Amino acid sequence: MALPRARVRSWVAVTKTAHRRCSTEGTRRPRSLASGNLSAALYVHWPYCEKRCSYCNFNKYIPRSVDEAAMERCLVTETRTLLQLSRVQRVESVFFGGGTPSLASPHTVAAVLEAVAQETHLPADSEVTLEVNPTSAPGSRLVAFGAAGVNRLSIGLQLSLERGTALFTQVQQGTLPAPDPDLAAEMYLEGRIVLRESGFRQYEVSNFARNGALSTHNWTYWQCGQYLGVGPGAHGRFIPQGAGVHTREARIQTLEPDNWMKEVMLFGHGTRKRTPLGKLELLEEVLAMGLRTDMGITHQHWQYFEPQVTLWDVFGASMEVEELLEQDLLLLDDRGLRCSWEGLAVLDSLLLTLLPQLHKAWQQRCPSPVPGG
Amino acid sequence: MWTLAGRGWWRCCALAPCASGAARRGLPGLLPAPAGGSARGARTGVRLYSSADRKEKIDMSRIPAENTRNFSIIAHVDHGKSTLADRLLELTGTIDRTKNNKQVLDKLQVERERGITVKAQTASLFYNYEGKQYLLNLIDTPGHVDFSYEVSRSLSACQGVLLVVDANEGIQAQTVANFFLAFEAQLSVIPVINKIDLKNADPEKVESQIEKVFDIPNDECIKISAKLGTNVGSILQAVIEKIPPPKVNRDNPLRALVFDSSFDQYRGVIANVALFDGAVSKGDRIVSAHTQKTYEVNEVGILNPNEQPTGKLYAGQVGYLVAGMKDVTEAQIGDTLYLHKQPVEPLPGFKSAKPMVFAGMYPIDQSEYNTLKSAIEKLTLNDSSVTVHRDSSLALGAGWRLGFLGLLHMEVFNQRLEQEYNASVILTTPTVPYKAVLSSAKLIKEYRAKEITIINPAQFPDKSKVTEYLEPVVLGTIITPDEYIGKITTLCQTRRAIQKNIVFIDQNRAMLKYLFPLNEIVVDFYDSLKSLSSGYASFDYEDAGYQTAELVKMDILLNGNIVEELVTVVHKDKAYSAGKAICERLKDSLPRQLFEIAVQAAIGSKVIARETVKAYRKNVLAKCYGGDITRKMKLLKRQTEGKKKLRKIGNIEVPKDAFIKILKAQPDK
Repeated sequence: MALPRARVRSWVAVTKTAHRRCSTEGTRRPRSLASGNLSAALYVHWPYCEKRCSYCNFNKYIPRSVDEAAMERCLVTETRTLLQLSRVQRVESVFFGGGTPSLASPHTVAAVLEAVAQETHLPADSEVTLEVNPTSAPGSRLVAFGAAGVNRLSIGLQLSLERGTALFTQVQQGTLPAPDPDLAAEMYLEGRIVLRESGFRQYEVSNFARNGALSTHNWTYWQCGQYLGVGPGAHGRFIPQGAGVHTREARIQTLEPDNWMKEVMLFGHGTRKRTPLGKLELLEEVLAMGLRTDMGITHQHWQYFEPQVTLWDVFGASMEVEELLEQDLLLLDDRGLRCSWEGLAVLDSLLLTLLPQLHKAWQQRCPSPVPGG
Repeated sequence: MWTLAGRGWWRCCALAPCASGAARRGLPGLLPAPAGGSARGARTGVRLYSSADRKEKIDMSRIPAENTRNFSIIAHVDHGKSTLADRLLELTGTIDRTKNNKQVLDKLQVERERGITVKAQTASLFYNYEGKQYLLNLIDTPGHVDFSYEVSRSLSACQGVLLVVDANEGIQAQTVANFFLAFEAQLSVIPVINKIDLKNADPEKVESQIEKVFDIPNDECIKISAKLGTNVGSILQAVIEKIPPPKVNRDNPLRALVFDSSFDQYRGVIANVALFDGAVSKGDRIVSAHTQKTYEVNEVGILNPNEQPTGKLYAGQVGYLVAGMKDVTEAQIGDTLYLHKQPVEPLPGFKSAKPMVFAGMYPIDQSEYNTLKSAIEKLTLNDSSVTVHRDSSLALGAGWRLGFLGLLHMEVFNQRLEQEYNASVILTTPTVPYKAVLSSAKLIKEYRAKEITIINPAQFPDKSKVTEYLEPVVLGTIITPDEYIGKITTLCQTRRAIQKNIVFIDQNRAMLKYLFPLNEIVVDFYDSLKSLSSGYASFDYEDAGYQTAELVKMDILLNGNIVEELVTVVHKDKAYSAGKAICERLKDSLPRQLFEIAVQAAIGSKVIARETVKAYRKNVLAKCYGGDITRKMKLLKRQTEGKKKLRKIGNIEVPKDAFIKILKAQPDK
């Protein structure tokens, strides 16, 4: 254990310098997909919470005691296994989510980061986020997390009413009023205006940043970059090249912490479900995720996933898409395809026109019976 | 059925003694003495005969017309008609006396559930009275005026009726309607006050109601409890003494009335007949006066209550015959049958069934079209009064436009489809057949008639081309405790009804007569009446022809585009409220879209109601990170699949559900 610890310290030391530089310059910018299949983001799930919150539907457990040493070993093991499987050469960001990962010990966080640094290249200025619950993260502890390598905090805010929560049940039963959709829409609009006027860039439907402090990690999701999911119930999307596979897979790890740990100890990972993503499915995700961002889908971005059929080919001739363009909800120009300010708020409706159009264009282009083949 | 009984007999012989196990309906005195020679059984309540008896044909010639009585039981719903029938069947040994005889003549599930008789059944009862053998033909009738034509045909085979009234509820609307049907047919009416065993029974009060409304002296009422069997015997006595035998002549050529028919998969149509003259035998060639088709009688017999061949039936008797008719329309109710080459004057009163309520019927899923088609065909085999026309709707797909005698008829038909054929359907809001008197020479030439019936709103001729429009009206009878009169009067006024009469039938019950446009009662009138009177008011109606009406065609528009499925014909005075109601329902069931939708009701170019569906202002999943993508894509996939099923009107996407919500008959409101 001596050696890794030394490595951790060394990685953290570099990071700190980088982080300081970031904060002062305030110009961290999300990377494009230039590094492609060679890089990935890493999500690490800490499944435990102190108590159950009525609004939360995440995969979390309220344990009587946590065997943190075992958990740490398993997180490290799975991180190593999946990194090897993906054969990525670079990890651009690490996100510790949960659950309440601020309940984990900084040591665990450090151990995972060290494993990443050992397996692959973890640049010194990589974004390392820790999801925190302010009540379980006093200043001293945050300092310790910082020392472990964390350089970004995510303070979760629940914006939506989720199925399977006590809150949802209460609304269903009528004990609590459901938010009035018109009022909610009004509040959203007002919020966007207030933030814009305060100098925030809305870089995604629910994400705003000042001074260019965008989240690299989340940006990877919307740009359909590869990401590895480590920990109970974590999701990932990457090409398991180490297993000789050449298509991207949507992967889910075993949900319950105890079972997951058993599997990790037996097999080195707790991957429960692997779904190959067809090319068309991947393009659907590119469309649905990309349009959530203010940049939308640039021609270059689209071309990375689909070199032959351009955005113009897919959407340029559709009457229905034309209607959306005329209504100023959508823009298709030399930069690419993106939502207007108004369009972003109704993106899910726009997608119901765009996705079938993508299907149509795809079928015309490749009338193969295998979808996305 | 016959061969089965025969087999039972053989088995029975092998296992003798078996009398108790083979208790059967006995036909004392009419059969050649059975092997066991048990004439004793004739006078006991429970007759024990072996099935061997049934093998022998009853000699119907031995029952003279003067020993025959043909009668019906008529009553309001739940006043105990079927229970009384059970007791009469038991008392005459037609069925065994067990605890399980409940509504023996009501064979359909819907009949037992609703406590109504849909399909009339008939039973021939043999009864010994003062040393003479009588044949009492109980001709059951459908218990609702939707079936008033059937009732009147059944009654025309009778000489008398038992008018059953609940000792607790007293005279109800249907009691009145039924009484007048019997009265007009000049039948003897024997009033029976039933349920005297009930705690709140007030037979004296009911007696005085009967005297007041029907002008029948109160000492003529027979007070019984059909449930307990109390005093039921005196009914049979009254039937024999007060109801005259049929006036008929056996020596004339055959003249038989078809008063009901049913369909048997193997034998074809089974026609229930009452003989007014002559006789009919197996092998006879008979002719339908209505269709002029000739048939050979394969089987003839009495209903006991199951079919029992007798080989022959004579004038005054009631029974069934099977004559190779393939379709119930060949044995229409009210038709007259006569012997080949011996034509007779048909019996009066025949008319083809006239549907008064129309509704569209569609399979919930188009893949079930053929299954539903076959179910409808099978049901209509037994019910020639339902008219069936193929129809199709852009929103609901292929289906039918069905015509029914009335609302109950429609509900019963739908319920039978569900219960007997496991079919689930979309039934559209019922409409009535309007008429238009044409003024346009061109249209008259086109239709080859000056007066046309409009069943489909699409055929509604423009006002400039008609002299007048007509709507069907009915004479409604409402009987209610007096405290509800005010509310009921208001309800009737909102339904454009005109009060014709109001009479107090006792100190606190009134009988109101109203002339209603049929259209005003087809949807939810009955439910409204029941709810505002806490269930105490009863309602019944009879056809009262057509009256002039100011009808208009109302269009429903979405952003200016007419929705063809929702075109309706309404009375001018009701257009606004009807239009508003449809717009409101449409507004509630149309999903928001990316633009505002104007939902309008219009008469011609004039908009009379409007609702607005606001545009979406926000429709985007708030949070979408790594773990949400799979779920999000699934949701979008489902939504795009759903979108394919939407019908586009202009650029507005309308889900099928929205049409169903508006077109579907509303349960109650």
